Amino acid sequence: MRLTQPQHPFSWLRRPFSWLRRPWLARVGLIVLLLGLWEIAARWWVDPMFLAPPSRVVMSLGAVLETRGVPAALRITFWELGIAFVLAVAIGLVLGLAIGLAPFARKSVMPIVLLLYGTPQITILPLFILYFGIGPASKIAFGVTHGFFPIILAVVAGVQNIKPILLTSARCMGASRWQVLRHVVFPHMIPSFFAGMRLAMTGVLLGVLLAELYVSTAGIGYFTALFTQNFDPARLFGLIAMLAAMAIALNEMVRRAEAHFSRWHAE
Amino acid sequence: MRPGAKRRKGYLASRSVQAAFLIVLVALWYLATSRWHVSPILLPSPVAVLFQLWDIVSTGEFVGDLAVTLRELAAAFGIAVTGGILVGYLVSRSHYRIRVFEPLFAGIYAIPIILFLPLYVLFFGLGPASKIALGATISFFPIALNTIAGFGYVDKAFVAAARSMGASDYQLFRYVLLPAALPVILTGMRIGFTVALLSIIGSETIASLAGLGHRIVHLAEGMEMARMFAYIAFVVAIAAVLNAFVSTLEARARRAR
Repeated sequence: MRLTQPQHPFSWLRRPFSWLRRPWLARVGLIVLLLGLWEIAARWWVDPMFLAPPSRVVMSLGAVLETRGVPAALRITFWELGIAFVLAVAIGLVLGLAIGLAPFARKSVMPIVLLLYGTPQITILPLFILYFGIGPASKIAFGVTHGFFPIILAVVAGVQNIKPILLTSARCMGASRWQVLRHVVFPHMIPSFFAGMRLAMTGVLLGVLLAELYVSTAGIGYFTALFTQNFDPARLFGLIAMLAAMAIALNEMVRRAEAHFSRWHAE
Repeated sequence: MRPGAKRRKGYLASRSVQAAFLIVLVALWYLATSRWHVSPILLPSPVAVLFQLWDIVSTGEFVGDLAVTLRELAAAFGIAVTGGILVGYLVSRSHYRIRVFEPLFAGIYAIPIILFLPLYVLFFGLGPASKIALGATISFFPIALNTIAGFGYVDKAFVAAARSMGASDYQLFRYVLLPAALPVILTGMRIGFTVALLSIIGSETIASLAGLGHRIVHLAEGMEMARMFAYIAFVVAIAAVLNAFVSTLEARARRAR
């Protein structure tokens, strides 16, 4: 039997920083400290044209949402992200399976895919605007090209890791091509596929936001440019904070899905 | 057939598929511009692009923009490496600090930092300073995270063995911690270099006064498509050379330790 130590009712007075022992509390404390420094700096030191204190940013969130066009812009950006992600996953899955399931295609096409993945796509952003216009289409297209390479790599890697004996035995038991895909290839691909989806989400966010910031008529890029040019830091910070929250939420959704679906695979 | 010959034949076949892919691509490009009357505004002919590329390289017009971009890259990467390794090392020295800071850094790393570009432009202006600051911020996180991973998770048995053989702090660092952590840190530096390059060209594209990204946008706005394609090819080649250079350095440092 273990007895708990008798706690002094005012133990926190004797050791006022003992809560710092818990890492997550210390982390929250650190963030609060930084926000406090930011608040002080923005209120008394820095020109209010450039920096808004966090309290005013929070207050301005309502004003940002009431600015004409901002809710629609957030919605458009969200749709661009969603459609680009779905297209990137679909295209990446099809191409990845086509490349991964044929050894010859893997050997000959993979170097080309890796080469293209390695090139800085930002250089061809003006071309996307030229071909797809300045509306949502160019943002979606740019997001897709950032997103589908990680999916292709993940699918190819996942397919490659299947033990050949599993494929052979499925064939021996008379499985059709589709049955092999459905019952052997897909389940084995899942952990690597979801890891690829996480990278794809990062890529899609990068591509769509880059294209938005480069040129935009109705999306959030238009409003970030507007608030910057008007020297309205409170609304700019507010808008960027909302976008960051959107990015974190999307990343977290994919990460949860990954954790959920690859659970059974942890042997 | 001997297995070596068979592998060799497979190698030749896949190489020829790659060559054929390139040739077909260029041929389609050429046919599209010369026979199928695709507007030169949308797709300039490959001959014109090659001609412009030759002009850019031979007149040395690229030197000014390349110098701006490379200087920004060097400054940003220098700051990120110094800061990332220093912070990463300090954090990695205690288990408690790792548990406080690592999730924090990983969380920030997951946000697309390019979002904050308008703020950087607001603070640092349109010139090189905003690109350096953004590039340094973006490449700081992979370097710091990998440094924490490298130093923080050295096998305790090695440390205990070195200590029991009487190693001093310096000796422990030089002969145990550094060799164990170096490969992970080098990987972080390679990732940091790639993202710094991307974010600098990206921020030059979005808002800037000079640099390679700025030049491409300038030509796009002037509808000088052939010259823009030539510059894109040039930048892609420069990026490939830089990335290959960094990968080679990484591989060398790995072998040399």
